[in-house]
Amino acid sequence: MNRNASAPSASVAAGAAARPSGWRLAVPLSLVLLLAVLAALPSFAPYFYIFVVTEILIMGLFAASFNLIFGYTGMLSFGHAAFFGMGAYTTAMLLLHVELPLVWALLASMATAALLALVIGFLSVRLSEVYFAMLTLAFGMMVYAVAHQWRSLTNGSDGITGFLLRDFGLGLDLQLADPAVYYRVVLAVVAIAAAVLYLITRSSFGLMLRAISENPERVAFCGIDVRRHRLAAFVIAGLFAGLAGALFAPFNRVASPDMLHWSQSAEPVLMTILGGAGYFLGPFFGAAMFVLLETWITSYTEHWMLFLGIALALLVMFFRRGVLGTLLDRMLRR
Amino acid sequence: MTEPILSVTGLGKAFGGVRAVDGVSLEVMPRETVALIGPNGAGKTTFYNMISGRMKPSSGRVRFQGRDITGLPPHAISRLGVSRSFQINNVFTELTARENVEVALTALHGRAFSLFRPASRDRRLLAEADAVLERLGLRPLADTRAGVLSYGDKRLLEIAIVLATRPKLVLLDEPTAGMTPEETRHVTRLIRGLAETGEYTFLITEHDMNVVFDLADRIVVMHRGRLLAQGTPEQIRSDRAVREAYLGEEESA
Amino acid sequence: MPSIIAALLNSLDIAMLLFVIAVGLNIIFGVLNIINFAHGGLYMLGAYFTYTLVGRLGLPFWPALLLAPLAVAAIAAVLERLVLYRVYGRHVTDSLLLTFALLLIIDEGVRMIWGSGIHVVRPPELLQGRVNFAGVSYPLYSAFVITSGVVLLAALWALFNRTRIGRVVRAAAIDRDMAQTIGINVPAVVTGVFAFGAWIAAIGGVVAAPMRAIDPGMGDKIIIESFIVVVIGGLGSFPGALLGALVLGLIHGFGGRYLPQINLVLPYIGMALVLLWRPHGLLGRRAAA
Repeated sequence: MNRNASAPSASVAAGAAARPSGWRLAVPLSLVLLLAVLAALPSFAPYFYIFVVTEILIMGLFAASFNLIFGYTGMLSFGHAAFFGMGAYTTAMLLLHVELPLVWALLASMATAALLALVIGFLSVRLSEVYFAMLTLAFGMMVYAVAHQWRSLTNGSDGITGFLLRDFGLGLDLQLADPAVYYRVVLAVVAIAAAVLYLITRSSFGLMLRAISENPERVAFCGIDVRRHRLAAFVIAGLFAGLAGALFAPFNRVASPDMLHWSQSAEPVLMTILGGAGYFLGPFFGAAMFVLLETWITSYTEHWMLFLGIALALLVMFFRRGVLGTLLDRMLRR
Repeated sequence: MTEPILSVTGLGKAFGGVRAVDGVSLEVMPRETVALIGPNGAGKTTFYNMISGRMKPSSGRVRFQGRDITGLPPHAISRLGVSRSFQINNVFTELTARENVEVALTALHGRAFSLFRPASRDRRLLAEADAVLERLGLRPLADTRAGVLSYGDKRLLEIAIVLATRPKLVLLDEPTAGMTPEETRHVTRLIRGLAETGEYTFLITEHDMNVVFDLADRIVVMHRGRLLAQGTPEQIRSDRAVREAYLGEEESA
Repeated sequence: MPSIIAALLNSLDIAMLLFVIAVGLNIIFGVLNIINFAHGGLYMLGAYFTYTLVGRLGLPFWPALLLAPLAVAAIAAVLERLVLYRVYGRHVTDSLLLTFALLLIIDEGVRMIWGSGIHVVRPPELLQGRVNFAGVSYPLYSAFVITSGVVLLAALWALFNRTRIGRVVRAAAIDRDMAQTIGINVPAVVTGVFAFGAWIAAIGGVVAAPMRAIDPGMGDKIIIESFIVVVIGGLGSFPGALLGALVLGLIHGFGGRYLPQINLVLPYIGMALVLLWRPHGLLGRRAAA
């Protein structure tokens, strides 16, 4: 099997040196501008759009965490919803039973999701990519089965509802029940998390991941324990997926087994492929397109999944670099 | 009396019923350059694969600096100071030449789990990467994506990655395969230069006999999975068994 | 004692169904080197076609057993020719993504055509009723499922070990380039193998139709269970598929009866234990690297 052939690698994004120098400033500047517009959004946009953008931000973080293992490390997980759901359940339960401030619930969710990722990852990263895809799907569905069957803890298929958002914690006086306030909290948390994820992709560790995605064996011969790196990437990805899920539960007002189902795991896959796995912002871009398309298409038909499947197949066959990736490639080539 | 740096005893590997390597014993002394030659299918690559941890031997032991490394995983063997190149190009095509070298250096300096420091700000690592590239004449290409390097430069980069792990024992698998005569001369000079520093021990497989006789202190001949002969280049040149093995190969080829 | 025998018999018909799906996955993996995530969808199509042929058009069961799998095999051949072949030679994740996309398409397509409700197909008259076995009353249809499983097992074994076609396919599985140079039409073999795997899966679907509820979730359920079978037995191993199916069948047969509180989780626990003990499955071969 030729591992070198067109790996779904994120490493092209790292070719910063190959970029025209004008781009070095253009990207951060437009990001700052984008963040400013997003922060100001509640002052001019109706609530409907605030809800839509909140969802885009959360799903973007979910997809970006997935891309750390997919685009950067070269492993395709079909069970990423397990960590998203784990985060959602942890936050929902803590808010319901312990009435914890939100920030502590978020941190606890990251911890539980990372722990779950450690267990599932330990069993899944040891073998080939094919095994990894099967095992992540299967273990993801195991978590789904547990959520269904452990009724005394998870309330079965109804999920956990009725929890309230009280304060944020850290002495901040925030009216979290107000969607505009919650939106700004989500924006801040997602921005920080994305920055941390970005730093990780640019670190030596990130370089190892990109090298592993292209040729794990060569990396091992450089003296690097590939399995430990894959596991570490998997745990970090699980941790951030847990954070996304933790932000999603109060937004959705419920943590239910649906969030753990494999079809939920399909979403970050689609968002990443849609946006482009080769760029750090690809998954966020893909999440935006995904949520907007979903909102638009589900107003016409309930068979949104059919559309997703066809879109995924076409993207993989013809536009492997995603929409953002294809656009940027065109622009940079000029 | 110095200890051998590499000591292989009775090493064997069977695939199904076929014995690719059959009871090979070999000692390599520190700072020596040993060439491992033999016709295609003699078992040289399988032999390398067992020493470097890519395959587990069916029988026999491998000792490196007196320590038993038989069956250790590749990354552990590499960390002890055994590094290898590959016959086919095996560089990271999506990374720049400098990043290719950094991958090896990162492992060496234990930076692989440094999560938040940007790799591009690690000055010590960058300087060291550039020094390795300089040594191989690749410095001007440091920021070039390895995928677009010429064939010969990719082979040089492969050697750069190997050297960056600061190995004591270097296994080179046909370092000049597919190179132009000009490139071959360059690589030969380079390896001789490295050998003369006294930092490295080389075990080289090679088809180009000029390169072999040019570099090797000692030549080991493999044939059908077994050791056929070993000795100085002069001894090997005049060895009848060796000539027959090679002539037989040429007739059937 | 009778309850143990009942659980055992119950395990066997589940095991046979799982074997049929898992062996198809393994055959396709052997030649195409991909895991077909849509395999459960093809099984489901077999069941739905049976429902349409038997439940709607009023055909008897036996012609459906012939027609439905052929239709599914034809669909699979078209999918392989039009879709899958485009990613051969690319990184393995691309083919995984594509079969995953097919899974989404088939799942939602089934919902569109047949709705989300549950459908039922009655067993053929010949196989209605019950038999007594070792003091246990047992549905005749389950006995039929077990028998057909054993027949299929024997037929597959003979096909791969005793016929020229079997040798050609095995050659293509071992080394495609080599197979090509000795005059085997590899693309045709690949299409044929994919269609053949789908055909087997659809036979499973037809046979399952009268004993299981036909609903749009049946494909997902069986594919995840088949993954567990394949992981337990060892990816690519024919006897492994049988062993894995038996193990999982027993887990279901006995777990459902004696540990109903955690029966849904038991298969995963079994899989995790096997992974810890033997990462490549009970009968899997360790890869070189």
